[in-house]
Order: sequence, then structure tokens, then C-alpha cells
Amino acid sequence: MLECVPEGPVEHTIGKINPAKTCQPIGAMYAALGIHGCLPHSHGSQGCCAYHRMHLTRHFRDQVLASSSSFTEGASVFGGAVNLKTSIKNIFAIYNPEIIAVHTTCLSETIGDDLPTIIKQSEIPEGKRVIHTNTPSYSGSHITGFSNMVKSMVSYLAQATEPVKKDQVNILPGFVNPGDMREIRRIVDEMGIQMIMLPDTTGVLDAPQTNKYALFPEGGTTVDEIVDTGNSRLTLALGSWASDAAGAMLVEKCNVPCIPLRTPIGLKATDDFIMTLKEKCEVDVPKSLTVERGQVVDTLIDTHFHYQGKKVAIFGDPDIVIPLTEFVLTMGMIPKYVLTGTPGSRFETEVGKMFEEYQVEGSIAKADGDLFELHQWIKEEPVDLLMGTTYGKYIARAEDTPLVRVGFPILDRAVHPLMPITGYRGCLRLIEMVSNTLLDRRDRDAGDEDYEMVL
Amino acid sequence: MAINQEVLDEMLLPYPDKVQKNRTKHIVRKNPEEGCQQIEANTRTVPGIISQRGCCYAGCKGVVVGPIKDMITITHGPVGCAYYSWGTRRNKARADDITPPEQIYGAMCFVTDMQEPDIVFGGEKKLAKMIDEVVEMFHPRAVNVCATCPIGLIGDDLGAVTKKATEKHGIPVLAYNCEGYKGVSQSAGHHIANNILMENVIGSGDAEKNPSEFVVNLLGEYNIGGDSWEIERILHDIGYRVQGVITGDSSVEEMKNMHIANLNLVMCHRSINYIAEMMEEKYGIPWLKINFIGVEAIKKSLRDIAQVTGDETFIRKTEEVIAREEARVLPVIEHYRKICTGKTAFAFVGGSRSHHYQYLLKDLGMEVVVAGYEFAHRDDYEGRSVIPTIKTDADSKNIPELDIKPDPELYKEAHEHLNLTKEKFDEICSRVPLGNYEGMYPDMNGGTLMIDDCNHYEAEQLVKELKPDLFFAGVRDKYIAQKMGVPAKQLHSYDYSGPYAGFNGAMNFARDVANAMTTPAWKFIIPPWEKESENKGDINA
Ligand code: SF4
Ligand code: SF4
Repeated sequence: MLECVPEGPVEHTIGKINPAKTCQPIGAMYAALGIHGCLPHSHGSQGCCAYHRMHLTRHFRDQVLASSSSFTEGASVFGGAVNLKTSIKNIFAIYNPEIIAVHTTCLSETIGDDLPTIIKQSEIPEGKRVIHTNTPSYSGSHITGFSNMVKSMVSYLAQATEPVKKDQVNILPGFVNPGDMREIRRIVDEMGIQMIMLPDTTGVLDAPQTNKYALFPEGGTTVDEIVDTGNSRLTLALGSWASDAAGAMLVEKCNVPCIPLRTPIGLKATDDFIMTLKEKCEVDVPKSLTVERGQVVDTLIDTHFHYQGKKVAIFGDPDIVIPLTEFVLTMGMIPKYVLTGTPGSRFETEVGKMFEEYQVEGSIAKADGDLFELHQWIKEEPVDLLMGTTYGKYIARAEDTPLVRVGFPILDRAVHPLMPITGYRGCLRLIEMVSNTLLDRRDRDAGDEDYEMVL
Repeated sequence: MAINQEVLDEMLLPYPDKVQKNRTKHIVRKNPEEGCQQIEANTRTVPGIISQRGCCYAGCKGVVVGPIKDMITITHGPVGCAYYSWGTRRNKARADDITPPEQIYGAMCFVTDMQEPDIVFGGEKKLAKMIDEVVEMFHPRAVNVCATCPIGLIGDDLGAVTKKATEKHGIPVLAYNCEGYKGVSQSAGHHIANNILMENVIGSGDAEKNPSEFVVNLLGEYNIGGDSWEIERILHDIGYRVQGVITGDSSVEEMKNMHIANLNLVMCHRSINYIAEMMEEKYGIPWLKINFIGVEAIKKSLRDIAQVTGDETFIRKTEEVIAREEARVLPVIEHYRKICTGKTAFAFVGGSRSHHYQYLLKDLGMEVVVAGYEFAHRDDYEGRSVIPTIKTDADSKNIPELDIKPDPELYKEAHEHLNLTKEKFDEICSRVPLGNYEGMYPDMNGGTLMIDDCNHYEAEQLVKELKPDLFFAGVRDKYIAQKMGVPAKQLHSYDYSGPYAGFNGAMNFARDVANAMTTPAWKFIIPPWEKESENKGDINA
């Protein structure tokens, strides 16, 4: 496998080979699915929409419904206003969603369709909403698309309607799985804090089998809740790439202060999350969370020799990769290569700082990279473990290096979208995956005389 | 089980008038008394409707040229389109005598990753540089460049860039103007891909025909889950030589010499009929529509091929192979047939599969009550005889038709390709449907439905109405059906199983279908506390 990949350094300066990011609309579509009763709508040709639905479906193994303006050549030349207006009319008539969340594609961006104007001119039934965001894929990545859509939710819907802020917190979870959103909510619930999560794909993309089909499943943040985010006393923006923009918009529009935090992946980021809630909401941390945390530390001590000192390459989305890097450092591992496909030099600075703090030398952090590059580095100097999306599996096989699957997308394994990597329980799961993957490898490689019952 | 016209009409009522008018023409309830009813196909999707269709790029890169294992395909555009078509169709490929492992690029994804300034100032330079770098790094035999939506709009001249690159590197660098908005579905992309391969690859080799061999090409077979390997196994066992497959596990090296074939076998009619026809015009090579899905269909196809050769040895060998394979697989299929018999199914897949799989389901005693294609043309439903009556509209006019002339040296009459006398050939033609495809229509039962470009709303309503036992579709629809309580199988990716073609495939399919319906979890959906208990309220009972 991958025998075609050249040995030794090569000149790769243009485009992407084995990209580590994808395009904006898929992120916007995912975010929109986190609104209750929302039909995401892709303004462009139908292929993009088909691809985004397909990819999300493969990752979540659940239904992903979204409509498209279905441009043909005519619309591409004369503009897509008619297609969008017709779409809006048809969507409300046929599917009757609460809200349509429109995102653009490369095509409608390139021809420069003016969405706010088209939406204003559309027939929107009483009480229903249409929001939009711009997601040209010739900049940013799926993460940018997610961020743009969440920001648009705030700018279209959030309102400071109450004279005094309510005793509730907005949590912007970022581009994470429903399993993570559930876990984050559980932690906040345990602390007895009122919250609004935006967006919230639980119940939508991890919907239970009930024998009762619903076009719009029960989950998702309701439009009323989104409006009400403007009345909250605080926003926690988890993961700056995905959540900062919406957080800032809540400050600007509704005067809700925002604290940016890392996605609570790993011990330290989870501690920070809980401490912030404790201090800002003036609540005590319940015993249950103290116990969970103690279990993580206990497990780290019990298992450290499985992974300590091992070199790991981490790739994926910045909000996942940064706290994950921090966690593997906590575990005593060496993050040798840390790569994201999403552009932005901030990533390199942040990861670089962690390298310094933990006195790691000779490691590389790179934003806007691709997996071909990562593979070249690994060929040059191998690692013991890969952590990232399914797309790392080719490198894993070519270099005979085990892969722990984390992040988006994971297309070749099951159950992961329901299992958190956030919070203390997420820590345990990460430790379990890393330990057991390395132990499996050790068993596989052991000679008969070294093959042991107790490891 | 069939649906009556009233229910069907009622189903369409909630549509806005225009949509209703449009969709009515795409739905045909078979009435055997009416002759072949007309269906509308290959026309625009209704904007806003949740359709199963993809785009031209998906048809060109995703289906036809992407799987060519020894070509590097660069997607020219922003990152997404390339990313989603990376490895997602499970087109298996392996190294062989002709293609060494270091020339197989199937696990790779190449994209110019256009950025804002490139969109403003044009991406030709970037593309040219990427071709240079890629050729220097990987030394491929040939390169494809596929355009995505924004490329057409900004007017990058793919043809000019690839022409220069071809001269510079001395390998074919081919341009496909398959921007996503062209046509109305993947179908436009198939056609574009067919044209470019025909113009630049097929026939460009210098292999000589070995007169002692009977050579076939397998067209429209994409080796998903290893299908084409299973088909090739059977063809080899009978004694045919397969020159090449378009495009499952295929290589440019093999495709170049496809013109030496005696006969073209067409599996997926929709995606490849163009090449079959063009090869017939240019070289005179006849083509035969075959179907290797389902034991009965395989037998018919193998017998048709043997008939076409007019050769007693092939005819005898065919029967031997059929007997041998049936003895092996029928008992296994029979085991699963007991589970499947009497069950009903829906089949919604891209082009030919919704038809092909009906045979396999028949083998299992199942009936398809609703079938539809995502991106077919009328001939896929009604048969090729309607082709002359199909009007081209604005959306299909933009796809160039190649003007193919008979090759001055290589053109021969069909009977000569088959080493037959004209009389014998004519006689065979009266029995075997050379150069013809009758479409799905004749195989549907009275009262069953054919739906073109079926959308989510219609599928949902029909499931509620007809409660099929199984739902065949792509991944986007699979989980919808399952949430409605209907087991669903992906017929694009086979749920990562396969092969489903050939005799072994029929066994795999029978097992997978039976398992999908009988997996114990279906019995556990309702929690015990929600079930009506007979002696409820009496804890002592
Ligand atoms: S055209 Fe743009 S938006 Fe559509 S799939 Fe491609 S990159 Fe994504
Ligand atoms: S069978 Fe269908 S999905 Fe497959 S290549 Fe043909 S048209 Fe496409």
C-alpha cells in the first residue's frame, strides 16, 4: 500500500495531496442539524449537498437531511435567486421545518448571489425562519464553515429581551460529536447549572431507534432557546476555531460576556472548564466529578508505562488536536508531529508553546498541512502511534504504525459518535484507546517467548 | 403487493402545483395493458427537494475516471469535492503484471485546493505547477484533471494547461470539463468521461490481436467490493480473455488496447453506453448488454456471450461452468431463500443497479415493488428503442457529442470481429440482443412503480404505504429507512461487503440480505415497559 509515495524529501508546494481538511459547507450543515426542526439548505449545485450529506451520514451512521438549490448551468450564469426562492417555497410546503439554514457553496459564492436580499424577497410562512451563512470553500475549512453557521444563528436569532440577564450559561460546544455534547451537558447538569447548548446535535445525529420515524428528530437547540442565548449571563466558547466567532457575536449583539476555553479534552482542559463554571456560576464542584477526576489520575498512574515516552503524530481539527496534544503531554508521550488542515498560524503558536512548556524538542506543528506531508515526515522519522481521522489509515498501514481514531471524520469504525472523548470520562476513553492499541501492537509483535498473559 | 392510483395521487397532493405537475411525469405505475408507458427522466431536479442525485463531477471523477488505478487524478478546485470522492466508491484495485504496486494511486487524493486569490486571478498557473510537481514526484503513466463548479465560472482553460503539460512531460494529461453544475445529475459526467477516454486512451495502444483468442472488454463495471474480479474469474474459466475493464481495477495500459476486442460486454448501461457505441462506430466492435447480478441473469448473460461467439467449445464450456458453479452456490442460496421468499423490496440506486438487482432478488423469491434510478435517461427505463424520440434540452445540449468516424484501418464489420459469416451473424442476432437494452420496464410487474429521481418525501410516503421488507439505496437513504423500521442495504457500497456480482456474489448477497432482515435487534425496538402486557396490573399473576 502506498508504494507510490516517494522515498526521501520531495518538492510539494502546491495544492493538497491527501488533504487533512475539507470544505466549509459540511461544517455549516452539521451545525445547522443542531437546531431543532431545521432543514439545512445548500445553495449551489446538488452535488455538494449530496457529498456533504453522504460524508456526515458515513461518520454518524444516522440520517442527514438537507436540501439543495440544484443549480444547473443556467442558474450558474444568471444567478441562483430563482432557485433559492423556489426552494424556500417548496421546502416549507413539503417538509414544513421550523427554520431553514442556508449555506452557500463555491459556486453560489463565485457568482456572488446576494443571499440576504434573496431571502428577504422570499415567501416565508408566518412564524418560520430562514437564516443564512457564507461558506466559500476557497478559504478556511469545514471548521470555518461550522463557525460561520453558529455565528449566523446568533446574529439572526439571539436577542437580549430581558432587562436582567438570566441565571443561565450558553455553551458553544464546537465541532464535536453528539456523544461529546451529551457529556458536556452532563457535567454542567451535575454542577446544577442552567444551560443552553448551541448547536446541539444530540437527539438528532445519535437519535434512538423508536420505531417512530420523524423527519425532524426530537433533539437540537430550539429557535426559542437560540433567541434566549441573548439573555444568558455568560457564554463559554469551547474551541476557539469553531466557537469564538459566535461568542464574540453574543458579546457584541446581546452584551453576554464570553470566555473562550479549549474543548474539554484531557485532564487540564476539563479542569479549566469545570473551574470556570465553578467560579463564574459560584457553585461547588459536586463530589461525583471529584471522584471521576480522581479515577482519571489513578488510571494515568496505573497505565503510564504503556505509553510514556512514546512518540505520537496527531492530526485533525485544531480544536480537537490542541487539547489532545496537551493531554498526550500530560500522559508523558511525545507529540512528534501535530498537524491540522485548517489554515491559521495561531495553531502553530499554541502548539509550539506547549512543546516549550513540556520541553519537547524536535517536534513539528503545522497548520494548513496535508497528510502526504505528514507521511513524508513519518518516513523520515517514524512514530509509535498515530492519532487522527480515518484518513490516517493508509499511512498506518504503509508504515505499520497503529492508529487511534479520534476526530472528524471517522468513516471506518462504529459507535464513536456516541462515545465522548471530552470530560473525565473522555479522558478514560482516550487512555483506554491509547493503552490498548499499544498493547495490541506489543502482543502482535511479540515472539512466542515474550508473549505474556499479564501486561 | 401493489399500490393503487388513488393512493399515488393522494401522495402527491401536498406538493405545490408546479412540483406536483413535474413529479407526476417521473412516476409510472405499470399498467401492462398500456404498452410501454413513458417516464420523464434526465431532467432538472426540483430546487429545494431532498434528492438522491449528485453532480457531473461525481459522475466523471467519482464514477468513471477516479478508479483508473495507474492514473493520478487531480481535482482542480477547492478542497471539498476531491475529499468526498476519495476512496468512497470502494473501487478495488491491485498490482499485476501490467501495473506494478508503485503505480497504483487509489489511496491518494490530489487537489489544487483553490484559495480566494486563485478564484480572483485564475488557477491555471497553480494547476500547471501542481501537475509538474506531481509528475516529478510520482512518475504516473497519465494524469487526469477534473474541473469543479468554480473552475468553469472563473474560466480556467483546462485544455490549454493539460496540452502544455502533455508536451512537457510526454505522458497523456487529460482535461475533463466536468463542473458540477453541468447537466442535471452524475449522468453528464459519465458522458464527458466517456468522450475523453474514447478520444485519448482507447485505441492508442499498438497491441495486435491474437487470432486464437476470443477477447472481450467489460464496460461499466467498477469493481466495487471486487465485483469485476469475480466476473473475470468466470469469463476466464470459460476461456475468454478480458482485455480490460472500464473502470474497475483498470489501467491506462490495458485500456489503450481495448480496440483489439472481439466483443464489448456492457454491464452498467447508463454510465458507459457511449463508449460501447463509439467503439462500434469507430471499430465496428459489437456490444452486448449483460448482467452478472443474480444466478439466472448470469446464466442468461453467459449463454448470450457464448451464442455470440458462435463457437461450440465456448457453448459447451459455458454449460460446464454454469453446472459446476450452480452445484456449489445454489444450496447456499436456497438456505437464505427460505428466509427471503415472499418479501418485498424497494430499489433506488444510480443507474443500472436498480434493474440488475431485481434478478438477484427474484432468485431469492423477493419482489421489487418500487424501483427508481437517480440519474437515468428514459432508455434505462423504457429501452433503447425510445432513444430517437428523446428530445435534448438545454441541460444536455452542453455535453459534446463526439463525431466518430470509422477507423480507416481498423474498422471491420461486426460479424468479422466475431469471426462469423454474415448469415450466421444475422441468425444469431435474431436470438441474442446484440446492441440492445430493453430497460427496466419489461421486468416490472403490473401495479408496481418506477420512479425517476425519487426524493425523500416520496420514499417516505411509499414506505409508510407499502411497508416493504427491505430498502435498497445509497448511504444517505439507508438510515432514513431504518429509522422507519425497514432494514436497509447500501447498493452503492454494499455496506462494505461484496462482491455481489457473479456466482460468489449471489451467495454473499443472499447472506447479507437475509442477515439484514433477521438480525435480532429488530425484535428489541420496543422496550418491555412499553409493550402491552396481558396480565398488567396484577403482580401475582
Ligand atoms: S464545490 Fe465547493 S462547496 Fe461544493 S463540494 Fe466542492 S469544495 Fe465543497
Ligand atoms: S450502476 Fe449506477 S451507481 Fe453504479 S456506475 Fe452505474 S449508474 Fe453509477
